[in-house]
Amino acid sequence: MGSDLETAVGRLRLRNPTILAAGILGLTGPSLLRVWNAGAGAVVSKSVSREPSEGYPGPTVVQTPSGLLNAMGLPNPGVEDILGEFREAKKGGATVIASVFGGDGEEFASVAREVEKAKVDAVELNLSCPHLETLSIIGHDPDLVGGVVERTKEEVKIPVWAKLPGNTHIQNLVEVAKAAEAAGADALTVSNTYPAMAIDLETGKTILGHGGGGLSGPAIKPISVRLVYEVYEAVRIPVIGSGGVVTSEDAVEYLMAGASAVQIGTGIMERGLGVFEEVCSGIRSFMKERGFGKISEIIGLSH
Amino acid sequence: MENVGTESSSRVAHRPRVLRIKRIVEETPTIKSFYVNCPEVASVAHPGQFVMVWVIGTDEIPMSISGAGKDGELRITVERVGDATERLHALKVGDQIGIRGPYGNWFDLSGEKLLMVGGGDGVAPLAFGAEVASSQGKEITAILGAKTSSELLFRSRMEELSTVLKLTTEDGSAGVKGLATDLLEETLRERKFDSLLACGPEPMLKKVFDIAKPYRVPVQISLERMMKCAIGLCGSCCVGPYRVCTDGPIFMGEQLERVSEEFGVFKRDKCGRKVQVAATRS
Repeated sequence: MGSDLETAVGRLRLRNPTILAAGILGLTGPSLLRVWNAGAGAVVSKSVSREPSEGYPGPTVVQTPSGLLNAMGLPNPGVEDILGEFREAKKGGATVIASVFGGDGEEFASVAREVEKAKVDAVELNLSCPHLETLSIIGHDPDLVGGVVERTKEEVKIPVWAKLPGNTHIQNLVEVAKAAEAAGADALTVSNTYPAMAIDLETGKTILGHGGGGLSGPAIKPISVRLVYEVYEAVRIPVIGSGGVVTSEDAVEYLMAGASAVQIGTGIMERGLGVFEEVCSGIRSFMKERGFGKISEIIGLSH
Repeated sequence: MENVGTESSSRVAHRPRVLRIKRIVEETPTIKSFYVNCPEVASVAHPGQFVMVWVIGTDEIPMSISGAGKDGELRITVERVGDATERLHALKVGDQIGIRGPYGNWFDLSGEKLLMVGGGDGVAPLAFGAEVASSQGKEITAILGAKTSSELLFRSRMEELSTVLKLTTEDGSAGVKGLATDLLEETLRERKFDSLLACGPEPMLKKVFDIAKPYRVPVQISLERMMKCAIGLCGSCCVGPYRVCTDGPIFMGEQLERVSEEFGVFKRDKCGRKVQVAATRS
């Protein structure tokens, strides 16, 4: 991996701009390491909470013609049990971002404090989880997001990334992004999946066991590119693009929209674990052809 | 029409096809086979692969394919072990289930002399393998194990397909009293095999792996783990660096050697917590 693909998300340097997205394969040390060894510039864990959670009953995934719906329900072994997995991934040399969630700022902060003990490189707040008191999603409320980020920043020294929900109400999204920045977030991941559903025609029932779910994959890429573009305009902290990256063209598009790096999840379904190297080598060729020397020369080019 | 794949379901691979159960066969007091017409899956299925079965309103569970006919008929064979399989067992002919797949890799049936070791419902994919292998003129030796005589799965079918069939039961009600693995060493000593295929409870599989090692026979073992997405994304079925759903479910001896700290030692539950592999049986 040449240094030409190196990028930075704030003070965290990445060997290349491809990051394993949260929720994908990030439950165990060996699987995080496998993705790292397959060429990812960093790996984000599955979202972890204070207590263990089984997640939703299946079906947990269903494909659509240009994407994937999922409703896993944030299954995780609880923060205490996952620390060993993070340590194992760190021992193998991986740059590890721990995704955390909670019902309120306190839980976010306490889980973040725990994962920092495993020497992870950053923590990513999954703000798409429901709020304990209001049933709404934390990530739609600028005050709640500001509070969660602030509490977490008080507890940890490592960088804190805030992952925003897939939210096409752009004014609200930008307010949330600004609130996270004001509270001290080191970077923003834009974005999570978008609310979606699939219904089986034979039975009239929703296919996902939970009913509703989140849409990922190529279908959402243009939507998330727009959100990255808007958020990049509104904040000064780094933005990480996420949603539908399958090819190097997708990644470059996000970089041009303002992303410092991209996350890849569903792309693994389409291309296998080789997707990280494929995207990296495609970016490298693009840079060579167009005379770009560094990733930073591409970031935000469309503005 | 039995097979009612919708237009949108035919456009994507990972969406359940909702089908009506065509036939149900009670194989043992705890195991039933369910037949559906699913040519899209049956025509491409290999022994060792699995499908995700949507037990509508309950859950979606992985089930190995126990047979696939040229006529498009697909068979799954299910032991009653939990909520979803309990619910499946309560279904009747004409009721609906969803099927997506086939998923995973499959048994390599090359070579002339195959040894199959199956415990409990683990005989299901081996019986499919035996059907295919026997139609290719292969010589099959099989050791089947169960708790008791009535729980021996596909006994008569395996009698027809095998050159040599050895039976074991834990209570001695059929064949030799003991575990399938008790007969493995002598079987390996009797003759040379081109391949050893095994499926069953993990303690049995670990024993098969250990016993077979000095005999240098290529070993193919079917593993089971908590499976949710079946498409290599969710990570719930990982064993070491492997995803059982996409890198498996069939693993070669060399791969299992790499995950020796995990194989036969622990699995993960729905949350991803480590749980010890259950006490030895079969």
